[in-house]
Amino acid sequence: MEFVKPVLEFDKVCVSYTKQTMAVKYVSAAIERNSITAIMGPSGCGKSTLLRAANLMHNLYPNIHVNGDILLNGENIFQMHPIDVRRRIGMVFQRPAPFPTMSIYENVLAGFTLNGINLSKSEKEEVVENCLKSVSLWNEVKDVLNKKGTFLSGGQQQRLCIARALALKPEVLLMDEPTSALDPIASKHIEELLLQLKKDVTILIVTHNMGQARRISDHSMFMYLGELVEYDNTLKMFENPFDERTKAYLTGKMG
Amino acid sequence: MNDRIFKIILFLAALVMPVVCGGIVYALANDAYDAFNHFGFINFITSDEWNYTQGNEHYGALPFITGTLLTTLLALVFCIPFSLPVSLFVGEYFKGKKIASILSTVTDLLAGIPSIIYGLWGFYTLRPIIMSLNISPQGSGILTASLVLAIMIVPYAASLSAEFIKMVPDELKEGAYSLGATRAEVIRKVIFPIAGSGVFSSYILAIGRALGETMTVTMLIGNTNQLPASITSTGNSMASIIANQFGEADGLRFSSLIAIGLILFLITAIINVVGKVLIKRARI
Repeated sequence: MEFVKPVLEFDKVCVSYTKQTMAVKYVSAAIERNSITAIMGPSGCGKSTLLRAANLMHNLYPNIHVNGDILLNGENIFQMHPIDVRRRIGMVFQRPAPFPTMSIYENVLAGFTLNGINLSKSEKEEVVENCLKSVSLWNEVKDVLNKKGTFLSGGQQQRLCIARALALKPEVLLMDEPTSALDPIASKHIEELLLQLKKDVTILIVTHNMGQARRISDHSMFMYLGELVEYDNTLKMFENPFDERTKAYLTGKMG
Repeated sequence: MNDRIFKIILFLAALVMPVVCGGIVYALANDAYDAFNHFGFINFITSDEWNYTQGNEHYGALPFITGTLLTTLLALVFCIPFSLPVSLFVGEYFKGKKIASILSTVTDLLAGIPSIIYGLWGFYTLRPIIMSLNISPQGSGILTASLVLAIMIVPYAASLSAEFIKMVPDELKEGAYSLGATRAEVIRKVIFPIAGSGVFSSYILAIGRALGETMTVTMLIGNTNQLPASITSTGNSMASIIANQFGEADGLRFSSLIAIGLILFLITAIINVVGKVLIKRARI
């Protein structure tokens, strides 16, 4: 798909865990600004691996090799400082994991404290309130900000993790199956939240859940065995898939 | 029926340990009674006089309690700069790599070296170095003993700390990296706060090991019975005074040595219990 000024572009991205096998093969795709793009596919198709390439998570593991280019606003992220890339491209993980030794308040500010950025007390309070409001958690936790983050329910913890990622005002938010560990009500809450958030941030979400992709995403990718099989408007892909494999997956004939 | 007999045998066998432990405490307390009775408990542990001249006998444990606490504390201080890097190397930087398992095997090997070997090494290698550096004229003393003690407890502190550092979940570390943290920040602000109580408890257990170490300390501490004036002076620890004098002691002197043994036993037991309780609490 072509966009006028894509925020993120994958150009022939390959990721390999071992010399023999590639987990992601020559994926090229442009991501539209302020949209939600879903990455679907069966387990082991490389969707999380592709996502994690976008904020240089693979740099942490020396045995993983990434080839190709990934551009953030036209700038190659492999030539940028990884810390800079990760501040501009935030990430939310599958299992909600607030830092257990920090309070709710400190968890929201973790991005600043971890980077050694000092904020004044009023700036801190503003960031905490705004971020918690944007994930609609403020009313639920405003009286217990000093309690540990792990004291919250699973869905609240995940929203706290989203707030933590949003605090650094990233341009892109990567989400790796953010609702798969949550109950349906908490998942619905997160989905509604993502639809609100996309006016400020571009969201790239890996999901197992076809229904979720259909409900919230503007564009969808279907990956299979490390290849990007199909990338299109979500509605078009669900109603009229181009590739047989996509069709088989979407109709439940292949999982 | 068979089951019942088996159960009784197991029960009796298991009972042996508490009985032995209780017996040791009883025997120590029984023999220490004379000394505590004669000098009074408080006076015994606060007096720094150790005089076994006939007619002028007076025994106080303060120099030896001081010697033990000082060597242990210094050993702990000297051990941290070695054990902490080893535990981070094994538990974080090279976690699961071959080089980490080589390093942790070699470190654990240090724990298997008999203490007499450490004593010999300290006496013939480290002591001349201390002398040639003009730190102390005789070379032996509290400092020398502490340095060797530090090497001896590194494996205890390092391997247990590494286990706790390894247990910090990857998702928390990745969460911190995804916010733009550097590795040093992840270690300082995520790994240490989470693994901290476990790391702390492994140092408590290392202290427990250092407190009772006898052979190495006896060979290196210099064996004088005065209160040490500085960390380079000679002295005696609770274990080393017992090792040095038990053969020739009788009467009140014997009872005093046993009393020191009882105090050492209690301190070590308390430290070990505290360490174990902390470890249980620290399991994530």
